[in-house]
Amino acid sequence: MTQTQSQKIEEKLYQNRYRVEEGKPHITIVPEKATAQELKMMAAICPAACYEETENGKVEIIPDGCLECGTCRVVCQGTGSLTWNYPSGGYGILFKFG
Amino acid sequence: MAEKFDVIVVGAGMAGNAAAYTLAKAGVNVLQIERGEYAGSKNVQGGILYAQAVEALIPEFRESAPLERHIIEQRIWVLNDKSYIGTHFRSDNFNEERPNRYTLVRAQFDKWLNGEVKKAGATVITETTVLELLKDETGKVNGVRCDRENGEVRADCVILCDGVNALVGSRSGVRKEINSKEVALAVKEMHFLPRDVINERFNIQESEGVVIEILGTVTEGMLGTGFIYTNGESLSVGIGVIVSDLMKNRINPSTLLEKMKSHPSVAPLLKGSEVKEYSAHLLPEGGYDSVPELSGNGWMVCGDSAHLLNAIHREGSNMALTSGRLAAETYLELRDKGQPINAENLKKYNQKLENSFVLKDLKKYRRMPHIMLENKQFVTMYPDLLAGAAETLLRVDGVDKKTKEKKITKDFRSARGIFGLVGDAFKLVRAWR
Repeated sequence: MTQTQSQKIEEKLYQNRYRVEEGKPHITIVPEKATAQELKMMAAICPAACYEETENGKVEIIPDGCLECGTCRVVCQGTGSLTWNYPSGGYGILFKFG
Repeated sequence: MAEKFDVIVVGAGMAGNAAAYTLAKAGVNVLQIERGEYAGSKNVQGGILYAQAVEALIPEFRESAPLERHIIEQRIWVLNDKSYIGTHFRSDNFNEERPNRYTLVRAQFDKWLNGEVKKAGATVITETTVLELLKDETGKVNGVRCDRENGEVRADCVILCDGVNALVGSRSGVRKEINSKEVALAVKEMHFLPRDVINERFNIQESEGVVIEILGTVTEGMLGTGFIYTNGESLSVGIGVIVSDLMKNRINPSTLLEKMKSHPSVAPLLKGSEVKEYSAHLLPEGGYDSVPELSGNGWMVCGDSAHLLNAIHREGSNMALTSGRLAAETYLELRDKGQPINAENLKKYNQKLENSFVLKDLKKYRRMPHIMLENKQFVTMYPDLLAGAAETLLRVDGVDKKTKEKKITKDFRSARGIFGLVGDAFKLVRAWR
């Protein structure tokens, strides 16, 4: 069976170290804007595959594997579809090599 | 935190560490705030370090800094699906007592440099995210608000070194937002191999290093570049593409990276390696026209946050280190003369950048980002044409050379037309001047 793109990315993320702040995602989708085109783009291009388009056309995000690049912030700018903050100090990705 | 500082530096990357180090050395009461667990834990770079910019801060840095390899050879490869055509430059002159360029592992370098900042006397707090600038009743910036309880800290001057996303400045209304045409998204993997395997594969000895910059069909017609850098016991392998092109094509950069890794010219270099980290990062590649206001009433901005990166020459860390140092020196000059830290006086920082290689180089190439965005033939058509030409000339098959040359000329003309070819040459020359 060939792997999907997001499965391949998930495997890559296993190499990384994270400190996840439970119950406080640093990126969230605004529910009434969950079908925005820009979010669908993110389902394709997010380098950590945090975004997924569901069967009903809505996009969901699980930012646990986020690499904090900021691409979704730039892509979704001005659409009102995303709230974006850095994780609280000390949380999120911990690069050993960077 | 009720204490008041002379200067607050936001961030502990290249720019922030250069600024905080310069200030602390001069006896300034400086607070540096970093959101990562330690300095470096949020930072990503290819990465190449240019010695001059570090020497300007710490002349003897080579004795203690974690450096990977000094670079003796630069390869530029233009790839199509089966071939590469390129130029290599290698010189024993780069094996010198004080080498000019090094590969580095960014998180480790930043940790070291931040250690020097602490030794110089700066107060460094980590695990703390700065949210916005604070201003007094006249609008002058006089501190920052952090994500801590009682997280307001005051200072006469704030130096923003908060990286490419530059949230602090834009959320405080002192700068414009970055857009998808002026940033590239790069992904990178760290491939570990024994030192002697790297040395054999790249034809180098001991701590000599090679960098390979890659253009061509690996970016699937989008504007971008790939790279392979030799570290001591690992290879940094990555690819970056302008975000607006990724949006249009809906291609994941990690897919591009997989494709590049499997290219017949790349795969043998990576064979048997163990990948230990995967990272992603935005690069500010808009050039001179994307540089925001560099200073204002009580604040200055440096490094990636100020969009100081030369995408053509792959220089960023030196611009960050230099701008951080110049911001600190601007503050020191005003302090020594007893002049107020206001918008007018901080313009001296802008002038220092204008007079340095930082803005001179960005100005020289200011047309380049626009031309490359609007003329995709440079990354789509030309790699195939060049590889085709080389193969036609090199393959010995009984066809005479004049016929071969005619075929090459015809390939170029039918692909771009004579006006297209002349126009492309003109555009490149004009942008280069």
